[in-house]
Amino acid sequence: MRYLPHTAADRTAMLAAIGVDSIDDLFKDVPAGALLSGPIDGLPPHEGELGVERALGRMAARNVPAGSVPSFLGAGAYRHHVPASVDYLIQRGEFLTAYTPYQPEVSQGTLQTLFEFQTQVAAITGMEVANASMYDGATACAEAVMMAARLTRRDRTVFSGGVHPHYRDVTRNLVDFTGGTLVEADPDPTGTETLLDLLDDQTACVVVQNPTLFGQVADLSELADACHAKGALLVVVVTEVVSLGLMTPPGDMGADIVVAEGQSIGNSLNFGGPYVGLFATRQRFVRQMPGRLCGQTVDADGKRGFVLTLSTREQHIRREKATSNICTNSGLCALAFTIHLTLLGETGFHRLAELNHELAIAAADRLSSIDGVSVLNSGFFNEFTISLPGPAASIVDRLAEEPILAGVPVSRLYRDRPDLAPLLLVAVTETTTEDDIERLAIALGREVAQ
Amino acid sequence: MNRQGRPTHTHVGKGPEDTFTGDRGLMAEAKLIFEQDSPGACGVDLPRRDGPASTRLGNVPVRSHVGLPDLAEPRAVRHYTRLSQKNMSIDGQMYPLGSCTMKHNPRLNEKLARLPGFADLHPLQPLSTVQGALELIDTLAHWLKTLTGMPAVAMSPGAGAHGELCGMMAIRAAIDDRGETRTRVLVPESAHGTNPATAAALGFTVDTIKATDDGRVDLAAFKDRLGPDVAAIMLTNPNTCGLFERDIIDIADALHEAGGYFYCDGANFNAIVGKVRPGDLGVDAMHINLHKTFSTPHGGGGPGSGPVVLSDALAPFAPVPFVVHGPDGFRLVEHHGQDGEAEKSFGRMKGFHGQMGMFVRALAYMLSHGADGLRQASEDAVLNANYVLAGLQDKLTASFPGPCMHEALFDDRFLKGTGVGTLDLAKALIDEGFHPMTMYFPLVVHGALLIEPTESESRETLDRFIATLRHLADRAHDEDGAEAFLSAPHHTPRRRLDETAAARQPILRWTPETTQQEAAE
Repeated sequence: MRYLPHTAADRTAMLAAIGVDSIDDLFKDVPAGALLSGPIDGLPPHEGELGVERALGRMAARNVPAGSVPSFLGAGAYRHHVPASVDYLIQRGEFLTAYTPYQPEVSQGTLQTLFEFQTQVAAITGMEVANASMYDGATACAEAVMMAARLTRRDRTVFSGGVHPHYRDVTRNLVDFTGGTLVEADPDPTGTETLLDLLDDQTACVVVQNPTLFGQVADLSELADACHAKGALLVVVVTEVVSLGLMTPPGDMGADIVVAEGQSIGNSLNFGGPYVGLFATRQRFVRQMPGRLCGQTVDADGKRGFVLTLSTREQHIRREKATSNICTNSGLCALAFTIHLTLLGETGFHRLAELNHELAIAAADRLSSIDGVSVLNSGFFNEFTISLPGPAASIVDRLAEEPILAGVPVSRLYRDRPDLAPLLLVAVTETTTEDDIERLAIALGREVAQ
Repeated sequence: MNRQGRPTHTHVGKGPEDTFTGDRGLMAEAKLIFEQDSPGACGVDLPRRDGPASTRLGNVPVRSHVGLPDLAEPRAVRHYTRLSQKNMSIDGQMYPLGSCTMKHNPRLNEKLARLPGFADLHPLQPLSTVQGALELIDTLAHWLKTLTGMPAVAMSPGAGAHGELCGMMAIRAAIDDRGETRTRVLVPESAHGTNPATAAALGFTVDTIKATDDGRVDLAAFKDRLGPDVAAIMLTNPNTCGLFERDIIDIADALHEAGGYFYCDGANFNAIVGKVRPGDLGVDAMHINLHKTFSTPHGGGGPGSGPVVLSDALAPFAPVPFVVHGPDGFRLVEHHGQDGEAEKSFGRMKGFHGQMGMFVRALAYMLSHGADGLRQASEDAVLNANYVLAGLQDKLTASFPGPCMHEALFDDRFLKGTGVGTLDLAKALIDEGFHPMTMYFPLVVHGALLIEPTESESRETLDRFIATLRHLADRAHDEDGAEAFLSAPHHTPRRRLDETAAARQPILRWTPETTQQEAAE
């Protein structure tokens, strides 16, 4: 077997050096009946590279890659172009096959990129500090709500109807298990909800998303003021971080915690994971922050270096008193994010956001010219909601046969809301061509006319 | 002098070895990207569209400044290449971190995870366009269930600790479903920190159980703690001392009789894959770190993936989503109660469907090894750890008598009176070209050194590693030995870093002021 270095002679010699007769002498602590006598039944024997490539290649070929057809899918995962050097660099073995940087003298590569990552995340969100990443945007959101409860010593959370339902469900799950309360506004396709009625002086935090699930964008400054007047924190979710290249960031609107899905920068769609959760907050809240943190220090020669720090918040030190149980995060996805954002820089990040927005405006204008189709949003970034005369899901299924991936039907996320069934989320990125938009418009026009 | 005859004391501060650039051959200094800003440069060429630029951002003001540096591609590539060269890695070094399982990461798995048919799938595509992806998840689930002898698996958790959370949520949901209140979770003192943190995060009281002198759960003490308020035990097997819990079946039986559930921390499953099925030991829930046992890369701290196998008693409470295979192909159950399924599901753990990129890699690893190779890998991992134990136990102090499983535990008694501690020994090991073992964990022995060689290391490398540690142990006892250890490492991009200063006044991001301070010093 190509991954195992020992020969039969090695194994024999090593058993002799240990002083046992057989390998099962080393498994003598296993209760007798539980030790298997041979390979497990029902699974195939080892296979060469060629055979494994064939087996998985056959499964891959049964799928329709989003990039092979006109694709307008978003709703929390976005198809952007990732420069070739990003994937090359993250596959360098020194990054790919290193562990969490517990030994800083031989992990400065990982640590310095984490420090750069934290600085970039703080910059784009307009916040003061950021951690070294979370599993994904949804889990980062749940952790933000837990952190707000610790900071305010309150346990009531108000959720906007514009937040992605997966984020709400992941958070609700954790809130339910920890005995908190989660109050949820009605789904808000047009961005007209008012959360002030739900806000009271027992509220730990209000969670809003910008742009919303439905693509609507809003200035959150007044909401932030209202939260702070009640002693509550404002948690802002961003599922499309490219928007931060064009829109005033949540930090400038008064957010206390910003959580985001960082997949759009540096990371492929990957059918939903692995992704990279971003988590940023104010300096004064740092000690209640979950997750790993990298900090600057000096070495014995006085040279600048980086270490994991404030680990007294963490499970391996604090055990049952830790701020969260998180150990592994999304290191390599964070690295991809950092390299891609470095390549973009101030100039490219802004231009990328502009390009997404311009193409989305072109798409919205084209689609809204179709009889029976209307765009619901007054303001949006690169994703918007259209209303169709019938259930969006059946149109999406029919267009998938063309194939066009027309967008995400809201019913995929809100199963029990027939009133939302005509709504379709349409996302446009720099990978979308004018021809793609035209093909979608023609196909939608035909479907709507039927 | 060290073995090569060079002085072990390198320069402190400015000395004749210092170069003009501050670089030392292949060891290059690297500024932060924020210190390399070249405004107007860009590493990406993006098209301009014709026509007037307009925005449709409602009442949101356009942002004028972000604060990112501008670099062209060659500078960015060199920067991150140089940074990578400051890391130790499995590709480059033996990396025997106990409990972390740093085994070889095959590049075939990277190649396959990047096939557009996997990497370029949106999670919300119509199911007719992702049948192969669902088949892959279903196939991996089949392998995991077969290897563990368990009837069900929840695939979505994003890492080991996330899997723990999932398993303990299922246990909590099952107890609620029985209409009972059980608040106490038993956790052996040798447990990973994530175990008590997970139990506490869900509102359970953590009750710590002592170990016996031979490093295992004290069965009698355990039975004494059982009661109608005990929800579960969280037990790692093999445990964090690298030992198989001999009484595990008795523990499971007694626990079940008392109405509790058995959560097994599967971090060390790599020792027993193909040799023992956790389902035969009475386990109710166990997470599997695909990034340990099934070799998906650790990536400098993730991403991981932590599917949780579940017993029949817990399976109904599994989180959404999950894949089901029906007459019309594969379906995804994404909602509570959807199509009459997931009625008792406790909810959702994560956005979308789990760590698909990790699933592809793990399945490629499994298919490559096959049932025979996985069994052989476990045997070789255990063989290698015992070889290290046998090669060192007369020189270092083994904490418990062998045989061990996949990792060998030593404590610092052999360093007594030398002035050299576990940390110092680890730093000296770095200079010898090895990544250190896990230090100071588990907490049940003093100054722990936990060595997990994995099956990937050759006999030749193990011999060299053993010889090196024996040499260092002798060196520590030399009359003038300690000093060289206390100042190690010397041959690294940075020497020992001041972690206390980092925590006292945390600098967690770059600002222009931090660069100025740097320049002033």
